[in-house]
Amino acid sequence: MKQKRVTIRDHHAESALFGRRVFVSLIIVVIAFGVLFTNMYHLQVVDHQSFQTRSNDNRIKVVPLAPNRGLIYDRRGRILAENRPVMSLEVTPEKVQNLDQTLSALQQLLEIDQETIDEFHESRRRERRFNQIILLDRLTEQQAARFAVRQHEFPGVSIEARLVRHYPYGEAITHALGYVAKINRNDLTKLRGEDKQANYAATRVIGKLGIERYYEELLHGTIGYQQVEVDIHGRNIRTLSVEPPIPGQDLHLELDVELQQYAFDLLGNDRGSIILMDPRDGAIRAMVSKPSYDPNWFAQGISFAQYQSLLNSHHSPLLNRSTQGGYPPASTVKPQLAVLGLEQGTITPTTQIWDPGWFQIDGVDHRYRDWLAWGHGWVNVTDAIVESCDTFYYDLALKLGIDTIHDDMIRYGFGARTGIDIAEESAAVMPSRGWKRARFNQPWYAGETVSIGIGQSYWTTTPIQLAVGTSVLVNKGERPVPRLLHAIQEGEVVLPAVVENREPVTLTNPRNWDVALRAMNLTVSSIKGTAHNSFRGAAYTSGGKTGTAQVRSIGQEEEYNAEEIDERYRDNAMYVGYAPAENPELVVVIAVENTIGGGGSVAAPMARKLLDFYFEQDQRYAQQ
Amino acid sequence: MRSNEQNNNWLQRFHIDGPLFLGLLALAILSLVTVYSASGQDLAMTERQVIRIGLAFTAMLVIAQIPLGVVERFSLPLFAIGVVLLLGVLLFGESSKGAQRWLNLGVVTIQPSEIMKLAVPMAIAWFLAEHGIPPTKRRMAAAFLLLMVPTLMIAKQPDLGTSILIASSGVFVLFLSGISWRLITFFAAALGAFIPVLWFFLMHGYQRQRVLTFLDPERDPLGAGYQIIQSKIAIGSGGVEGKGWLQGTQSQLEFLPERHTDFIFSVFSEEFGLVGVIGLFLLYGFVIFRGMIISMRAQRVYQKLLAGSLTLTFFVYVLVNIGMVSGLLPVVGVPLPLISYGGTSMVTLLAGFGLLMAIATNKRLVMHD
Repeated sequence: MKQKRVTIRDHHAESALFGRRVFVSLIIVVIAFGVLFTNMYHLQVVDHQSFQTRSNDNRIKVVPLAPNRGLIYDRRGRILAENRPVMSLEVTPEKVQNLDQTLSALQQLLEIDQETIDEFHESRRRERRFNQIILLDRLTEQQAARFAVRQHEFPGVSIEARLVRHYPYGEAITHALGYVAKINRNDLTKLRGEDKQANYAATRVIGKLGIERYYEELLHGTIGYQQVEVDIHGRNIRTLSVEPPIPGQDLHLELDVELQQYAFDLLGNDRGSIILMDPRDGAIRAMVSKPSYDPNWFAQGISFAQYQSLLNSHHSPLLNRSTQGGYPPASTVKPQLAVLGLEQGTITPTTQIWDPGWFQIDGVDHRYRDWLAWGHGWVNVTDAIVESCDTFYYDLALKLGIDTIHDDMIRYGFGARTGIDIAEESAAVMPSRGWKRARFNQPWYAGETVSIGIGQSYWTTTPIQLAVGTSVLVNKGERPVPRLLHAIQEGEVVLPAVVENREPVTLTNPRNWDVALRAMNLTVSSIKGTAHNSFRGAAYTSGGKTGTAQVRSIGQEEEYNAEEIDERYRDNAMYVGYAPAENPELVVVIAVENTIGGGGSVAAPMARKLLDFYFEQDQRYAQQ
Repeated sequence: MRSNEQNNNWLQRFHIDGPLFLGLLALAILSLVTVYSASGQDLAMTERQVIRIGLAFTAMLVIAQIPLGVVERFSLPLFAIGVVLLLGVLLFGESSKGAQRWLNLGVVTIQPSEIMKLAVPMAIAWFLAEHGIPPTKRRMAAAFLLLMVPTLMIAKQPDLGTSILIASSGVFVLFLSGISWRLITFFAAALGAFIPVLWFFLMHGYQRQRVLTFLDPERDPLGAGYQIIQSKIAIGSGGVEGKGWLQGTQSQLEFLPERHTDFIFSVFSEEFGLVGVIGLFLLYGFVIFRGMIISMRAQRVYQKLLAGSLTLTFFVYVLVNIGMVSGLLPVVGVPLPLISYGGTSMVTLLAGFGLLMAIATNKRLVMHD
């Protein structure tokens, strides 16, 4: 009884004690929830903005979008460089159920070789499972069609199209147009230096040569961006926003691809260069360098072996002969020397000399031979151009002296870059005393001045320099800067290219131009003219000057026989000309290396055909 | 009042506490909603969670029917069995992810530490209630030792989260039994002294790593700190209103690790924002408050202590999980109770609530008599 009462009393005390403890616990619980809540408030309200930003940084990736490269057209709107969709077969391993089975089925269907399959496995190891991996780089239309029919049997395999630069005229225009190729480490360094790497984040190729290189900035365009939501693996979930890229500007060139192709074919298997230029504004209508190569090799990714073969060829196909080839100008610069002689008063239009077939400096045994072994007899300055008398110019050059010649010839642009709108250009050599001292540490010899009179010795010119030098003559002083670009097109807006002129050549007696030009017209029209045979019966008037350059000096008693000597030591055939004879609208320069025959027999006939083609074509388009 | 009694009769008969049941049901529904989203809208996983919830609720209702006398008498034997099984785990247990937690009994594979989550508060409550509260100092000391045995055995597995939960369940019984404040101070001091021992002798490398990472998550943002950083980003970017159900980018795009298990609270906070968090807190608070009411109303001291301890342990679950995913506490493997995907803890928790329901309804029956 007593114990029971104690128990009951204890029960109340116990309940009270327990109640107090529960109350304390409850306070602790409330405080704890308060702490949790405060923390949550801090995270979700106070610091919300910063966590929101970090969350977006996690999920939003900015993907650069490459702009489409500007197209290049010729002067008549024919496309010279385009972006062609190339189809590739791509596999997403994640979406393929049985990869080996799928691959072997594709291998059978599309006749894929084992090497390609091995390459695929190689790149598969580097890529993530959800990325598309290229199995076949370039699908033929037949392969694409065969796959398209049975596409449903290959989940995770798809045909993707991407744009690849394509040059429809191939090798005919390579040196002028240039090409694009994969951006390499050097390009990247250069882009970084110019702070342009951001604009190239999505771009795979860059202009490496010619127009494609020179106008890279215009052609490339401006990068676009796409905001995509990605998961933790980098897999694209959806596109959030797109800022489209701005395509590059289209270029219209002065080139006429029909003319270009004709000139290219005209050179046949010969090495050399042909330039057709409008002397009035420097617009280049055709510019050929041979041998050439297909620029599409580079645009599509050239193999090492292919590149090595180009690099190691004896015929230097990579060289742009039109702007980098240093040719002795030979007799083609006689008209300029004649003008100089007249200006200096060294000769008059009627001054005559006797040509016995050779020239000798007083007191020296060495004989400088004329190309005509028995000599031209009595010749004046005009005859000396028409018949291309060497002796007259040996004498004239010696009288003028190297200093006067150098100082005057550089006014025509010899020995300096013309400023044509491609980067591949060399200055060639307009020799002087100073140049020889610097180059060989030797004094200038009078004998060398004699050879300068017929555009030989150390004198070299590029064909484009000859085009400019000839233009100065026909323009009577105006010196244009050669130019491939006609206009820039951005959408509907067409911006014409800037026409430039260099310091003109001024004469104290402008009638001296007429002496030289008349002589060049007679070279074509007079029966004695070296180009007369080639231009007989032409439907237009023209003027010109032939040239034949020795590549190797020939000994005093040695006979030159083209058939017998090494091909590489044969003469170069040169021709400069213009048409029509009055108000010329076209200057032609032809340089053919190591030919059998000289300027008159090899180069002049080519000039005739080119000019014929040019005027026929001109008429054809005029009628349309 | 009378009709209310009538209404309660039906619930009484099946030993169901109405408010508690509704609270738990609401949490279970939230669990399904959140697991569906956190699993990346995986219906199969959500279905498995439905089955688990069903099983756990069944277990709760079955346990609620057990007479409390049986429960009380079974307290010590269950504890003893638990210790033996834990010993078995340490000797013959099966490892997974570097921890030995499972014991293969031939027929079934069990996790004895889960049994201990109930057995420890039951045994300590029985031991302290036997001769009335407050217990004598000797009894308290004995109870403390009793508690340390399974705690250390589980910590050795190693399973820091569970050992903390089990230690707390015992400590709560001690606290509720009226242990003097002086002793509490003493134990707190002892615990403080124990921390270096824990650090140098008992904790594994990865556990120490977790604590270091907790102290400074940015120390290793791509390694150990990654979870915590991503979790805080998820919670913080949720803002007040949340990103919306199934719209949480941190979880849907898989930036958040363990998003359907231990870090499910981050998914919830990201998608439902502070508004949802307040709702969840209120729901948890309601369940805890109801558990305390039940413990206050319980007739016998054993029942009071057991009910109070189970309720407070449930609270510790909530506190530790939310504390760890929001960067207040180091990451120990404690799931968000009744919400996280996973079967074992769900069944154990609801079995505990089964005991609470038995206690809640038992009292009424007695009063009717």
